Amino acid sequence: MSFLAITNVNKSFGGPAVVNDVSLDVPRGEFFALLGPSGCGKTTLLRMIAGFETPDSGTIAIDGEVMNAVPPNLRPTNMVFQSYAIFPHLNVFDNIAYGLRKLKLPKNALRAKVETMLATVRLEGLGGRAADQLSGGQRQRVALARALVREPKILLLDEPLGALDKRLREVMQLELRAIQRKIGITFVLVTHDQEEALSLSDRVAVMEGGKILQVATPRTLYERPASRAVADFIGEMNFFHATVREIGETATVNAGVLGILSLPAANLAPGIKVGDHILLAIRPEHVGFAASGVAGEIATSTFLGERSHFHVRLPGRSEPVAVSGHAPPSGAVHVVFPPEKLIGLPV
Amino acid sequence: MKNKTLTLYALAYLAFLYVPVLVLPIFSFNDSQFIAFPLSGFTTRWYAGLAADSAMQHALINSLKVGLTTALLSTLLGLMAAKAVTRYRMRGTGAIMAFISLPLFIPDIVLGISLVLLLGTVGLPLSLAAVVLGHLLVCVPFSLTVLVARFEGFDKNLEEASADLGEGSWMTFWRVTFPLMLPGIIASLLLTFITSFDEFLVAYFLSGTEATLPIYIWGQLRFPERLPMVLALGATILTVSVALVVLAEYVRNLGVKKPMVGA
Repeated sequence: MSFLAITNVNKSFGGPAVVNDVSLDVPRGEFFALLGPSGCGKTTLLRMIAGFETPDSGTIAIDGEVMNAVPPNLRPTNMVFQSYAIFPHLNVFDNIAYGLRKLKLPKNALRAKVETMLATVRLEGLGGRAADQLSGGQRQRVALARALVREPKILLLDEPLGALDKRLREVMQLELRAIQRKIGITFVLVTHDQEEALSLSDRVAVMEGGKILQVATPRTLYERPASRAVADFIGEMNFFHATVREIGETATVNAGVLGILSLPAANLAPGIKVGDHILLAIRPEHVGFAASGVAGEIATSTFLGERSHFHVRLPGRSEPVAVSGHAPPSGAVHVVFPPEKLIGLPV
Repeated sequence: MKNKTLTLYALAYLAFLYVPVLVLPIFSFNDSQFIAFPLSGFTTRWYAGLAADSAMQHALINSLKVGLTTALLSTLLGLMAAKAVTRYRMRGTGAIMAFISLPLFIPDIVLGISLVLLLGTVGLPLSLAAVVLGHLLVCVPFSLTVLVARFEGFDKNLEEASADLGEGSWMTFWRVTFPLMLPGIIASLLLTFITSFDEFLVAYFLSGTEATLPIYIWGQLRFPERLPMVLALGATILTVSVALVVLAEYVRNLGVKKPMVGA
């Protein structure tokens, strides 16, 4: 059994299922992300791991121990809340020391432990600061320190960077990653921000409507999404309807306006057969401009600094093709779709 | 022109509200048995008379006993009910709130009569304890209102964070809920104490032979010569009541300026 084992978990709050038959395995020491739009069930799943909600059915086990009947205060997990939930009546030191009462440490051992943790989250010397005199980033660090000081087996993070501005968020992302590497405990992160999930995590589970769509490394999610829903959620992607003609070393497909194309058979999602109607998908940065190819016309062009983003209208297709790259010579253009970058998804 | 009219109206309104109240302290210092203008000189002898009146002091002690007990019980009950309606997913929280608040809208005289009948039916004697029970009906809604507002003002995640950090529900209450609720709890204690201390009708029906202070005052009104002393007593109660209400409001608003949520 893996370190964190979630098996066939269901949860509803009297209405439709919020978490629908979810199974997940997270090995020890992994930085794992639950990614999905709001209402997809990711926070409910996290709260079930923490013990604030009980699964209607299925089991949650940590390090071989089934946790379903264990209350939150006895679980080997700690959580960084979205609102941070810093105790407003306690200063920074007492917030961090809050969860250490039961250890009954002598005063200086307690002080040393809290000071070490203050240093880990780079809040040295702020132990005496009142809770209402902290900036957003500092509150985030206190919440992190307060959870980590208990040395949990799993740290749960509920949208931990959502309340921070963009620059601070980037700094904290790097720090979170560094802290996780340093102390080596398992992190489970909930976020709706795909960039955050991709840049922080070892693996990501993409959720929608209470179900898990795909669990994979960030690179695999980006390069080989298993379905249109995943592809849509992770970055931008162009889709073309196509029909499979032949599958051998390479697969031949009829892709309408793009003509007949050959692509590596490995680029087709498993289970696709000859005659199937499929979606061909390609990322904007893999579509290129060339002297010959499919003729089109640039509809919009947005300058983004190191590269530009274009919408190219193709004859016989209502939806423009997104292209990301360097500006072509003006006027009518030709776009090319490198076959090795095309992937075939079920419709 | 219009502003002048409005100012006059406002002044007249304030006079209407507060002149009757001012009669009490003014005549309590007047050196005459008769409550009539012109005033005949300054004296503190009515206040001195109060200090020597043992029946009055007995009634005062009764009122303090009833008031303190009512305040403590009402705040405790209100705290539990407020936690239940704000923290748990339950059916019918609206109905529960309405039922708890209903006694506020029942005329005190009706409440007094029905409580007398009820006590008689079950064979309980009229006593100060019976007065406390009656006052609880009137006071719990006040406690509930003050405490629910306070509960709604703080992030539910704070209690979850405490559980997450290893504390059970009892220690979570003492280490997080209670300190954060304290201003609301103090406000509730003060408000319910005042309400019970000033209450006459329910106490009149239920107190039996033990008079509370308002009942004692009512009894004294039969003796014209004792009226100035009653005025002195009334002025004292008025001053203390106003002070307590102001204090309750001040405490209740403590910490409201600072956001109590974690974000």
